[in-house]
Amino acid sequence: MFGRGLVTLALITAAAVGLALGMVFLYAPLDADQGFVQKIFYLHVPLALVALAGFVAAGVMGALHLRSGDSAWDLRSYVAIHLSTILGVGVLVTGAIWARASWGHWWVWSEPTLVAFLIVFLLYAVYPMLRFSIEDPGRQGRYASVFAVAAGAFVPLNFAIVRSAESLTHPQVFSTTGSGMPAEMLATFLASMVAMALLYATLWKLELTAKHASEQLRRLRRRAERRAGESVAPRPGGGASAGSSRTGAPALSGTAYAAPRGGR
Amino acid sequence: MTRAALAILRKDLLVERRTRESVPAMALFSVTVLVLFHFALDRDSLDGALASGVLWVTLLLAAVLGVGRLFASEREEGGMDGILLAPIDRTAVWVAKALALLAYLVVVEVVAVPVFALLLLGPDLVPALPALVVTLVLADVGLAAVGALVAALAAESRARELVATLLFLPLVVPAAVAATAATEPLFAGAQTAAGSGRWLVFLAVYAVLFVLLSVVVLDYLQED
Repeated sequence: MFGRGLVTLALITAAAVGLALGMVFLYAPLDADQGFVQKIFYLHVPLALVALAGFVAAGVMGALHLRSGDSAWDLRSYVAIHLSTILGVGVLVTGAIWARASWGHWWVWSEPTLVAFLIVFLLYAVYPMLRFSIEDPGRQGRYASVFAVAAGAFVPLNFAIVRSAESLTHPQVFSTTGSGMPAEMLATFLASMVAMALLYATLWKLELTAKHASEQLRRLRRRAERRAGESVAPRPGGGASAGSSRTGAPALSGTAYAAPRGGR
Repeated sequence: MTRAALAILRKDLLVERRTRESVPAMALFSVTVLVLFHFALDRDSLDGALASGVLWVTLLLAAVLGVGRLFASEREEGGMDGILLAPIDRTAVWVAKALALLAYLVVVEVVAVPVFALLLLGPDLVPALPALVVTLVLADVGLAAVGALVAALAAESRARELVATLLFLPLVVPAAVAATAATEPLFAGAQTAAGSGRWLVFLAVYAVLFVLLSVVVLDYLQED
């Protein structure tokens, strides 16, 4: 269901990542001011942008789930938030390294982008806690999607407020990103951006496929167990059979389960 | 919807008046936190940024208690079933809860702010009061909207109060930024709210955005 085109996508991603790495180390010029350390820029900024875009996209997927009721959208939203949270750790670590190298401190409170990202990260860190503390599967998906929508809308709002809050007293250190860059650096940055986006898409697809497969496996295993149990102690009469299929219905999604039963 | 919301709000305020479960706890908690701040900071009087920060952290922590208890009667006494069976708009529940939380916050502040002025605040409170009240009211609307949204989100989870707290605090950071910045000049001896107008606009925008967001998403929460 989710696995189609995964291999092709993975190959394209590998090529893009290879190209981006080559450009970062061989093509892009050394920064006159910061030297070699500046190359972390090609990792840090794409990581951050892709992670944030992933959070917002997860909000859109959550909205689609709420509108359509299709649980596949909930799974997509969940996997996107999961991956973006993992990327978020990378963003905070690479950001701290870069801040240490260029500003002399591991953490700079006066840099609004850093602080805003930390707040977003802390918010999304609660998502798994919320999701897995709700037992009913349908309700779990719905509540998780509502969180995804609300938090997805909070991301731009938070950046806007924190940014404008700090810019009153502090100069924007990185407002020149993109505009003041030489063409080689810009090209390298764009290549890194594309590579990171592709990597995210590949990992997202891979995790979707894996989650879907393990879900199917669990479903099949439960069915096999049920059959094994029935063959040991067969229940008489149609009434009992209808009753047990009713208890089985919430755990296994209706049609896939009902078909073989009806045949017997 | 207005009538349903008002009915639920009346019920909540009545229950609160009779059981006295949330508001006295929140007020007592805020006073205790102020005492803790006195010892933690080892200062007899505060002013400026520190005073504003201490006041807002205290109020936010007290709000957390209220958020955790917001759906208590619905959950423990089966009130949610009654509400869901009634032919009313689901958003009415959220509106009622937000208004109830707003009322709780106002009562808590009526207690906590004078106590704060008495125990910790260096400069005189009275000249700063009008501007402070405006800031408090604007911030309370935003906090109530977020608090009711978070409480509704966490209502079905096993670790409700934990999840509600952890969701609430990051979401209110922008409001805390704006509210502390707006309060700071008031506690620094400046008599007017000059310069904090912009922060008040922030607080208003924050409140409006969260009210809209909650109204849009909350309908989906209670479908069963």
